[in-house]
Amino acid sequence: MGINWLKYSAPQAFYPLAGKLIPWFSVVAALAVAAGLYIGLLVAPTDFQQGESYRIIFVHVPAAWMSMFLYVVMALWAAFGMGLNARLSFMMAQAIAPTGAMFTFLALLTGAMWGKPTWGAWWVWDARLTSELILLFQYAGVMLLRTSIDDLRRADRASGVFALVGVVNIPIIYFSVKWWNTLHQGASVSMTAAPKMAATMLTAMLLMTFGFWMYSVAVILARSRCVILEREQLLSWNKPASMPDAVEVR
Amino acid sequence: MYWESVGDFLAMGGYGLYVWTSYIVTALCMVWEILALWRRRAAVVAEQRSML
Amino acid sequence: MTRPGMWDALCGVVRRDLLLAMRRRSDAAMPVFFLVIVASLFPLGVGPEPAVLRTIGPGVLWVAALLACLLSLGRVFTADYLDGVLEQMVLIAQPLPVLVVGKVFAHWVIAGVPVVLLSPLLGLQFGLDGEAVAVLALSLLLGTPTLSMIGAIGAALVLGVRGSGLLVALLVLPLYVPVLIFGAGAVASSLAGVGAEANLSLLGACLVLSLFFAPWATAAALRIALE
Repeated sequence: MGINWLKYSAPQAFYPLAGKLIPWFSVVAALAVAAGLYIGLLVAPTDFQQGESYRIIFVHVPAAWMSMFLYVVMALWAAFGMGLNARLSFMMAQAIAPTGAMFTFLALLTGAMWGKPTWGAWWVWDARLTSELILLFQYAGVMLLRTSIDDLRRADRASGVFALVGVVNIPIIYFSVKWWNTLHQGASVSMTAAPKMAATMLTAMLLMTFGFWMYSVAVILARSRCVILEREQLLSWNKPASMPDAVEVR
Repeated sequence: MYWESVGDFLAMGGYGLYVWTSYIVTALCMVWEILALWRRRAAVVAEQRSML
Repeated sequence: MTRPGMWDALCGVVRRDLLLAMRRRSDAAMPVFFLVIVASLFPLGVGPEPAVLRTIGPGVLWVAALLACLLSLGRVFTADYLDGVLEQMVLIAQPLPVLVVGKVFAHWVIAGVPVVLLSPLLGLQFGLDGEAVAVLALSLLLGTPTLSMIGAIGAALVLGVRGSGLLVALLVLPLYVPVLIFGAGAVASSLAGVGAEANLSLLGACLVLSLFFAPWATAAALRIALE
């Protein structure tokens, strides 16, 4: 197609591209979530074991998957930034963190909402929920590290290093908490006992996950535009010939 | 349609509190995130316009 | 790189840090005092019933050791950072991870070894039997170096940052969780009569992994902090 993708690695070129993409991702997200909600809440049958409370999975599972997926993507962008010395990569990592943290919080909250009717307790120390909790702390660490360091370059790299260390930590935590649960026989409730999925349930869950994913892309692109404006200060009333790359005020 | 009536739908087999809290909080968080971004953008643009 | 050169550099770093710590012995003794105080707080808060203390003992003692290590992390790099010695270390020809290992080892000797040595006494305070006390000391012997290695990454990331004391806790505590689980688990297994070998092996694995990866991550963090 002859598009020079490399030119979009410059913040001032990426900014208008992101602006054009946001509406598309937003529409797809809205449609997918609407379809997912319709099927999940209105069409799918009840679950034999858990009753209607199982319907929480249509938000819990997508939120949990997005929280982990976004963390890995954030760490990857940070790695690209350090490897290629590209500040746009760091800006993407910066833009991802708040959305990832939000999904982690939602995964924990909806997990508690699901756990109370199902297992009788607001919180259980199973491997998945505990890993989500630690993930939330790691998101907080990445964001706090960034805001605490004044020098932008150092802030980018330090939060990047921590994000990468955290990627290694989460699987280790998951394994160690599973291990810990087998030692302490009493606490063997498991949130992995998902209901046997009827086809409609699975469809709804996949639609919601896809919708959350599209929503994340749209929101992260919008935030990255804010980050670019804050860091690069590109606005100008008109584009002087000497600055063909400046962004026009809209 | 799985439900017999709107009342059944809202009650969610007795689990209405848990199910609806989950969905409503999720929706609120997403709306809040979008609004916060909208405000952030407006603030940055306003600040940089004043510097031009 | 000649092997003797690296070894000499390592020994030099360790010797220097130990010497500096000896000159400020009260500073160096803080982790130990903290450990004793925290370990004494829990029975006061929970009640003296022996069965309860024996149940919470492994966890409480491990958490106290972990917090003591956390509080002492400031001493690994801060002093050298403030007087410019750290910049010199980054610039010299020796590989930075080697120097990091030296500094962390010295930190462990000062902050970790006293914890290991004191732990039997504290274990007895919580009513742990002989075998459990031995497992406690062994688990801390394997675990405290790991805690120092992992903690050094956090210490390097927050060098010179305001509010770094709390920030380093937020960064490092999620990374400490596996070591805590295996360490306290070892003692709990011993108390339950199940045998602590599995947990102790896992602790050993954590130690080896941290020895391989943590110095490298710490060196990267130091370079970032000093650019």
